[in-house]
This record gives sequence, C-alpha cells and structure tokens, in this order.
Amino acid sequence: MSLIELSAIERVFTLGDSEVHALHALDLAIAAGEYVAIMGPSGSGKSTLLNLLGLLDRPDAGRYRLEGRDVTTLSADEQARVRRERIGFVFQSFHLVPRLTAAENVALPLMLAGVAPAERAVRVARALADFGLADRAGHRPDQLSGGQRQRVAIARATIMRPAVILADEPTGNLDRATGEEVVRLLEALNAGGVTLLMVTHDAALGARARRRVVMQDGRKIADGA
Amino acid sequence: MTPLDTLRFATRAATGYPLRTFLMVLAMSIGVAAVVVLTALGDGARRYVVNEFASLGSNLVIVLPGRSETGGFNPANAVTSTPRDLTVDDAHAITRAPAVLRTAPLTVGTSEAAWGGKLRDVTIVGTTADYLKLRRIDLALGRFLPAEDPNAAVAVIGAKIQSELFGAEPGIGKVLRIGDRRVRVIGVLGATGQGLGMNADEVVILPVAVAQAMFDTNTLFRILVEAKGRPLIEQAKTQTLEIVKARHDGEEDVTVITQDAILATFDRILGTLTYGVAGIAAISLAVAGILVMNVMLVAVAQRTAEIGLLKALGAPGGAIRDAFLAEAALLSATGALLGYALGQLGAFGLRTAMPALPAYPPDWAVIAALGTALATGLLFGVMPARRAARLDAVQALAKR
Ligand SMILES: Nc1ncnc2c1ncn2[C@@H]1O[C@H](COP(=O)(O)OP(=O)(O)OP(=O)(O)O)[C@@H](O)[C@H]1O
Ligand SMILES: [Mg+2]
Repeated sequence: MSLIELSAIERVFTLGDSEVHALHALDLAIAAGEYVAIMGPSGSGKSTLLNLLGLLDRPDAGRYRLEGRDVTTLSADEQARVRRERIGFVFQSFHLVPRLTAAENVALPLMLAGVAPAERAVRVARALADFGLADRAGHRPDQLSGGQRQRVAIARATIMRPAVILADEPTGNLDRATGEEVVRLLEALNAGGVTLLMVTHDAALGARARRRVVMQDGRKIADGA
Repeated sequence: MTPLDTLRFATRAATGYPLRTFLMVLAMSIGVAAVVVLTALGDGARRYVVNEFASLGSNLVIVLPGRSETGGFNPANAVTSTPRDLTVDDAHAITRAPAVLRTAPLTVGTSEAAWGGKLRDVTIVGTTADYLKLRRIDLALGRFLPAEDPNAAVAVIGAKIQSELFGAEPGIGKVLRIGDRRVRVIGVLGATGQGLGMNADEVVILPVAVAQAMFDTNTLFRILVEAKGRPLIEQAKTQTLEIVKARHDGEEDVTVITQDAILATFDRILGTLTYGVAGIAAISLAVAGILVMNVMLVAVAQRTAEIGLLKALGAPGGAIRDAFLAEAALLSATGALLGYALGQLGAFGLRTAMPALPAYPPDWAVIAALGTALATGLLFGVMPARRAARLDAVQALAKR
C-alpha cells in the first residue's frame, strides 16, 4: 500500500473569467520511505501539488489517500490533526516566528499538540542538538544565519516524527554550500525512514533524489529514477 | 493547545510588539481611570453633602414658612393669598409637643461688624440658647447665648471673625458694633471649616430678638425642631404641623420637612449625577474597545504569515481564534488594572487637593469599569480573532 495515493486530481483557479488548471488529471503514488524530487518550470503546479499533499488546499476533483485513508473528505479540524501528526513542512522562506527563540519555534508543533512543557523541553533540546543548534536555542531568527534558520525549520518539521516531509524549494534562499548542507540533513532524515518530497529548480539537487516527478502546465510529464 | 499555552503564546505576542501593546493598554487604562476618578468625584460630592446635612444635628425637623408646592391643591390656600409669618411664639409652642425635645428659631441676615477700626461683612444668625445643643456646636471660648435673658446685647462669634477682628487677643468681653448696635462678645465658636450654605466660621450669633430688631422684622427664616429620638421624627413632624396649623387659624401655611427627606433627595440627585458621569466615562471605554478591535485587526494583518504557518503546523482554527482572543483579553485586562491603579491614584490626588471631599470611587463603579473593559476588549477581539482563524492557509503563507 502506498503512503500517498493521488488519482485524477484537478485543481482549477479562477481568475476573473480565465481558468488556470494548476493541476490536471494527476495520478501519483508514493510509497513510504521514498525520496522524490518534484521538478518543472515555474507555474507548472509544483507548489499547488505540495499544498494539496499537505492538506493546506483541497482538490476540485479526484481522490487523495494518505496512509490508506481518504483525507479529502475530512473536516477542517481533522485535517489539522493529520497535518500536526503526519506531515512536516519546510518552506523556502523558513517561516520562523520572528519574536520566538529557536527553541520556542521548534516547540510550536508540540505546544499545538498539547504536549506537557517538561517533555517539550526535553524533546526540543534533543532536536536542537541533533541539528547542531544546541548553542542557538535562545536566539531569535534574526540572530541566526540562513542555514541555521532552515535547520531550525527542519527541526520543527520533524519534532512530531511525521510520516512525510514536504519541502518547497528548501534551498531557494540559501547559497550553494549551505543549501547542500540542508539537503544532506533532509536526506539523512529520509535515510531514517521519513518519506521526503522536495520541490527544486536545481537539476543537481534533483539528480540526488531516487525518483523525479516532472511537472508542466499542471500535468505530470515524467516520473522515474 | 492547553489554555496555559494559549495564554503564554498570547503574552509573547503582546510583548513582541511593545508599541502597539502600550498604546492599547494606555487607551484602555485611560477609560477605566476616567470612570474611577469621575465616580470618585461624584460619589465624593454626594458623601460630602450627606455628611454636611448629617452634621446639622440629628433627628432634625425643619419648619419653613410658606406652603410647599408638592402639597397639591388645597382649598384653604386658595382663599388666603399671603401665608402667615413664622414667629418665635410658634417655636415656643412647638417645644411643648410631646415628641419634640427642643426647638431653635432661626433668623438669618447679613450686616457689618466693626471693632477697633476694622470692618467686615458677617452673616448674622439670630437664635436661642437651645441652638447650641440642637446643632451640636462646639465652643472654643466663653459661653453661648444665655437662656435667661432673650434680649441681652451679646454675641457669639465664629472662629474667623475672632481671628480677623481680634487676632490672637481673645475677643471675649469686647464690645462689637454690628450695624448700628453694640453687642458684647461672650463666646467664640470652634473652627469648623466650610459648612453647607454658610460658613460657620464667619457668623455672628445673636439672641433672636436682637437680630429681629436689627433687621426690623418679626418673622423667622426657619424653626429647627429636634425630635426626642429617631423613631419619633415622623411624630414630631405631624405634631409640629398640627400646632402651627392651629396657631395659624387652621391654615397649613408652612412646610415641615425632615432632615432624612432632604438627605434622601440629595443622595438621589448626586447619586444620579454619579451614574451620569460614570456613563459618560464609559463611552471612553467603548472607544477603547473599538481601538482594541483596530489594533487586533492590524495584528492579524501583520501576522498573516505566522497564522498560515500555525495552520501548516496543524493548529485548528479554534486554537488560532483562542490565541488572538486571549491576546485581546490580556491587553484589556492589563489596561483595566493599570487604569484602576491610575484612577485610585487620581482619586488620592483629589483627596489630597480637597481634603474635605471624600473622593473614593464606589465599588459598583470599580466593578463596572473593570467588567466593561474586559467585556469590550473580548467583544471587540472576537471579530479579528475569527478573521485570523478563517484565513486561507496557502494565501496566508504566501504573504511576506
Ligand atoms: N491562489 C491562486 N489563484 C490563482 N492562480 C493561482 C493561485 N495559486 C497558484 N495559481 C496558479 O497556478 C499555477 C501553478 O502555480 P504553482 O505555485 O503551483 O507553480 P510552481 O510550479 O510552484 O511555480 P514556481 O516554481 O514559480 O514556484 C500558476 O499558473 C499560478 O499562477
Ligand atoms: Mg512554487
């Protein structure tokens, strides 16, 4: 059984009287533990696909099964719970809360899940140490470098031990060396069993994935190793 | 998200934007402080007046010449046009009523007092020896009007008259010229400060007959009647009215009021006034509430990306709504408490500036101010919080 199963997905945006088929007749199956790069030109629907997989957006047609369960029909609160427990997001622009410290940012998902503060502190400290941020716990995002910020974001995305990590151009705001470092972190997580879906424009980074899905005009035009 | 975490998150959000938080807390605190100070002033005035009336003496019944308007149409009044004057004999007659302990006739006028080349306007009070006990007056020096000789040319003077005319030298025994008469000073009143209507420190008390002769009149301004006890006040009032009516050929041409009735009236008027100012001050609280809404709407706009992130991290709409509501509540509560402290400080300032005024905010006003502040803060916080909860996650995340 696949972890992710999309069939006949349609996502149409209406702008005035023109319709944009951001996703069209999309079928996609991803098994647990896979490492998939999603590629394609700008506007081809990569982010739309990732938002849909992350339950931030709903398809206009088609079916989405996550871990065997049809999640498109879930209520908003049930979808929130799935996001909280099964999905980790990593964004191009990090999306750290500026007034909170690195530790507090990493603790956010635990807080939302109602984990007790004592256990929270232990898990956050361990996560920060795992990502080489132990001495940055009390720093606010504006006191961190780009690479450090993205590491905080990855620590936050993984603290709930999700089944899948959705990364939308995680290296887009980083220089080459820092970007590689971040990708190696994500790959290490994948090696530990987490399914990794990464949108990237960078052919070299895409080449590292074991599977590449190439999008164009909302369609999947290539899928394979 | 546990309630404690929601509160902690809201606190961090509030402290994360100090200027915004400061302005909102300030607006709220000004509203609450306004209610506290203004009601302290209003209620202080009420208490001041009530206390002043109470200090007139207790169990008091007051007789005024003329029929009160509130008595309604009386055929007897329609026949005669001029009411009879109130006289000293009326006062004596009232004294014989069973429920009455003592009476004091009262004639009031103004004149000039002169001594040793110094001249000064004074309030003349013509009365009898019983006035001392009836009004619970303290004498600083000498004695009060003699009961034996109602025509004695003697005077009891207020503390200020003493100091202004005689200075440190005691005025007792000196002969004072009042108008065209000469009276010997036999007593000095203790200083009381400003009293209701007239300043007791600036009066010259003369035997009623002397005062009436001075003003060339037989009428009295008032007759003060003291009942034998609190339960007998109403009886004293009825008996007084009957006696005067009998003496005035069966016509009810005087008004008899009890001190309690006057007190209640003033209490009501000034109480209403206090509610009035509280209401006006509460408008500033409503304005603060609208400000809370604006500030929270700005906060939602400012933190759109953060709201998108929270949604991506799996926060249900309810948790986001609660966080923003908690923030609004927190700011309102802080503002309310600060305003309460400022208001109490203001009331303290009032009391320091005007020691005679018991300017304490009434409990109901404090509770209402704090309650209104919290309620408006929450009420006006609901709309922005719901807006935050309903934001589209993808669009919110796209916002920088
Ligand atoms: N909210 C929206 N309203 C209207 N059109 C939208 C909306 N979101 C996306 N689109 C359109 O859908 C198409 C796919 O957008 P998407 O963001 O998925 O592209 P992308 O592949 O991620 O591009 P990029 O590489 O530039 O990030 C684009 O044509 C875009 O204009
Ligand atoms: Mg994109």
